[in-house]
Amino acid sequence: VDQAIKLAHLFNGGLKMAMPRVRAFSGTARLFNFGVTKIAHKLRRGGDARFWTRGLLAITLGFLLSAEAQAKDTGYVFVSNEKTNNIAVLDPKLDYRIIQWIPTSHRPRDMKFGDDRRLLYVACGDDDVIDVIDVATLKVTDHIPTGPSPEMFELSRDEKALYVSNEEGSVVQEISIADKIIMREIATGAEPEGLAISADGKTLYVTSEVTDMVHVVDAEAGVVTDNIIVGTRPRRFLLLPSGKELWVSNELSGQVSVIDRAANRVSTTIDFLPPGFRQVDVTPVGMTMTRDGKTAIVALGRANHVAFVDTMTKEVEAYVLVGSRAWGVALSPDEKTLYVANGLSDDLSIVDMASRTAIRAVPVGRVPHSVLADD
Amino acid sequence: MIKGWLALAAAALAVRLVISPPAISAAAGSPQASAMKLGYVELADDPRYANRGAHSGIVFTDLGRPYQGSQVALEDAEAIGRVIGVDFSMEKSSAASVDELVQQISDWIAKDGVRFVVADLPAAALTDLARKLADRPVMLFNISAPEDVLRGADCASNVLHIYPSEAMLSDALMQYLVAKGWLQILALQGPAPEDAAMVAALQRSAKKFRAKIVGTRPFLLTNDPRNREQTNIVLMTGDVGYDVVYVADSSGEFGRYVPYETKLPRPVVGSAGLVPTAWSWSWDRDAAVQLQHRYEKISPPRRMNGADWAAWEAVKAVTQAVMRTRSTAFDAVKAFLLSDKLTLDTVKGNPGSFRAWDHQLRAPVLLSTADAVIERAPLPQYLHEINVLDTLGIDAPETACRF
Repeated sequence: VDQAIKLAHLFNGGLKMAMPRVRAFSGTARLFNFGVTKIAHKLRRGGDARFWTRGLLAITLGFLLSAEAQAKDTGYVFVSNEKTNNIAVLDPKLDYRIIQWIPTSHRPRDMKFGDDRRLLYVACGDDDVIDVIDVATLKVTDHIPTGPSPEMFELSRDEKALYVSNEEGSVVQEISIADKIIMREIATGAEPEGLAISADGKTLYVTSEVTDMVHVVDAEAGVVTDNIIVGTRPRRFLLLPSGKELWVSNELSGQVSVIDRAANRVSTTIDFLPPGFRQVDVTPVGMTMTRDGKTAIVALGRANHVAFVDTMTKEVEAYVLVGSRAWGVALSPDEKTLYVANGLSDDLSIVDMASRTAIRAVPVGRVPHSVLADD
Repeated sequence: MIKGWLALAAAALAVRLVISPPAISAAAGSPQASAMKLGYVELADDPRYANRGAHSGIVFTDLGRPYQGSQVALEDAEAIGRVIGVDFSMEKSSAASVDELVQQISDWIAKDGVRFVVADLPAAALTDLARKLADRPVMLFNISAPEDVLRGADCASNVLHIYPSEAMLSDALMQYLVAKGWLQILALQGPAPEDAAMVAALQRSAKKFRAKIVGTRPFLLTNDPRNREQTNIVLMTGDVGYDVVYVADSSGEFGRYVPYETKLPRPVVGSAGLVPTAWSWSWDRDAAVQLQHRYEKISPPRRMNGADWAAWEAVKAVTQAVMRTRSTAFDAVKAFLLSDKLTLDTVKGNPGSFRAWDHQLRAPVLLSTADAVIERAPLPQYLHEINVLDTLGIDAPETACRF
């Protein structure tokens, strides 16, 4: 029996070790010795090759098959689950059945589509990697090592690099996707979190949870050029299509700060108070909006509601009751349905956009963090 | 392979060319930097830290001086200060007596314009210091004394209490016991005045939340067989029925032997077992992990405790007030601290603010075992007409404080 337990431990440890947790320097890097201590280098050349082969294969297939049947028009909904270490894939056409659980590295959180939605990137905080998922096969095909505890990230506009906020190191890392190299680390205030990137890709915005600021970063030079004081514990961004306004959710002051991008200052503050709740319950985090930019949707965290906001007037038009600690929000491609990930009730609320009511809740994994909908 | 080498070279180049400057530099056109110097005081021979933490060479408590907690927040203050044009800094004094501290703080007030002083002092010393500084333009932050009397009959208008009161800690525990239906409580009380204060707080909480104390039994630290009624845990916990055993043991020497030693198989709470606390290293929600890691980076070989959290929070409170008022003037900063505009990050969920009636910071309390936070108080089933945090501790109608 002892032997079996030992084996089991070994196996468990082995599972974790199998994740690319490697942060050691390669011999080559040591030769250069730049005095920069946190530059992790490419380590899995084999994985890299596979990545490229698959990428090329996908592109070739894309040319051959005009429809790319298996990856397109699925409308699949992806939900990352922090504590079950997987992504639930729901098919709205099959009554929101979970058609696949994608096992990921530990603690998957923020997700982004890449390569015209052929790839799904997911930041896995406890294994210090961003997993790469092939949307066609719904499998993790590669891992990109990051600094400790990645949560939120953005793709550069040319999709060659990832910007990853690193709460532990108080930096934003720029990571080359192809080479899996941390190209650069941009120092920020303590606990950087939310990231936004301007349409031209030249300006990066980062929230600092502890110093209550938004850092404005010149993406080319990699330097902070301005700091904007916002509400208490700023979390996430919403860049409006006009490009003039950048919204920031402030978790503790329970507001959204609207930043005038030309002046780099807060022009308006939006307050929330759903019926039956108090100001302290309002902890806005996730945000999304309709494609026309007219309606923004703000998840109010512990107030268990999402708010619909008219982006012109900044008036709250409606509050919709969802699950417990609503954070992640996403719209379906036809914008008829809103998906809300409820971190403390372990479910996904399905909200009908026309009637602005939650029509049902679908159980997912433990502590759902982010939600994305495929077209 | 060649691609890899090229990439490495490219990365090297990128790193060499672009050396990131400090993240936050003063924005162009920001006003002339003003100074905001804070003070930090402690007693060199504070009995709470004497011979604590190690018995027979084994360290078993996390009690230590909380100075490093303030330094974590000072780092953030400095970063914010660079943006708003304020130089935050801190002076520390470890003195032999309260009179020495009075002299030191008076010097700071005169020479450095210090107006806010973080105080890691026992209750009597804090009361003495506050009284002797009553006519000076300075505000003290209590970061380690839980005594209710400091927020009641002995309250001082120049003290803000960050550390939770005995009543808050006791109410937090009682909310949990009542929610569980563990209403019959047997109390074991040590010989120290602090133990008596804990039991008094327990009695108050039991009345407030309608639990029952079925008995209070004194214990002694001795091997004298004639005192076995007060040393033998089985005897102390026999001949009476109860749902839970409460231990009031400020010595830390007795309580840790109570769990699993009781006559009946019942949980132990209070100073041992499930402990109400301002902070636990195992708290992992509300951005707590990042804070602990930043603490551990600069701290002695010890994890963050309640007083560390309070020291951090005190400096954070001043920083918030300066940042939101854009002022370093004493009256403006003080007014903001005492206003309902303060939404202080407690890193425990609910935002904090100071109670007007006794200057106690509203903040959640953690109920923690040796390695897990079991619950966070206030529990959701306890409601309040204004702020649910006021279900913990002394509310406005019952305060004995008169500023």
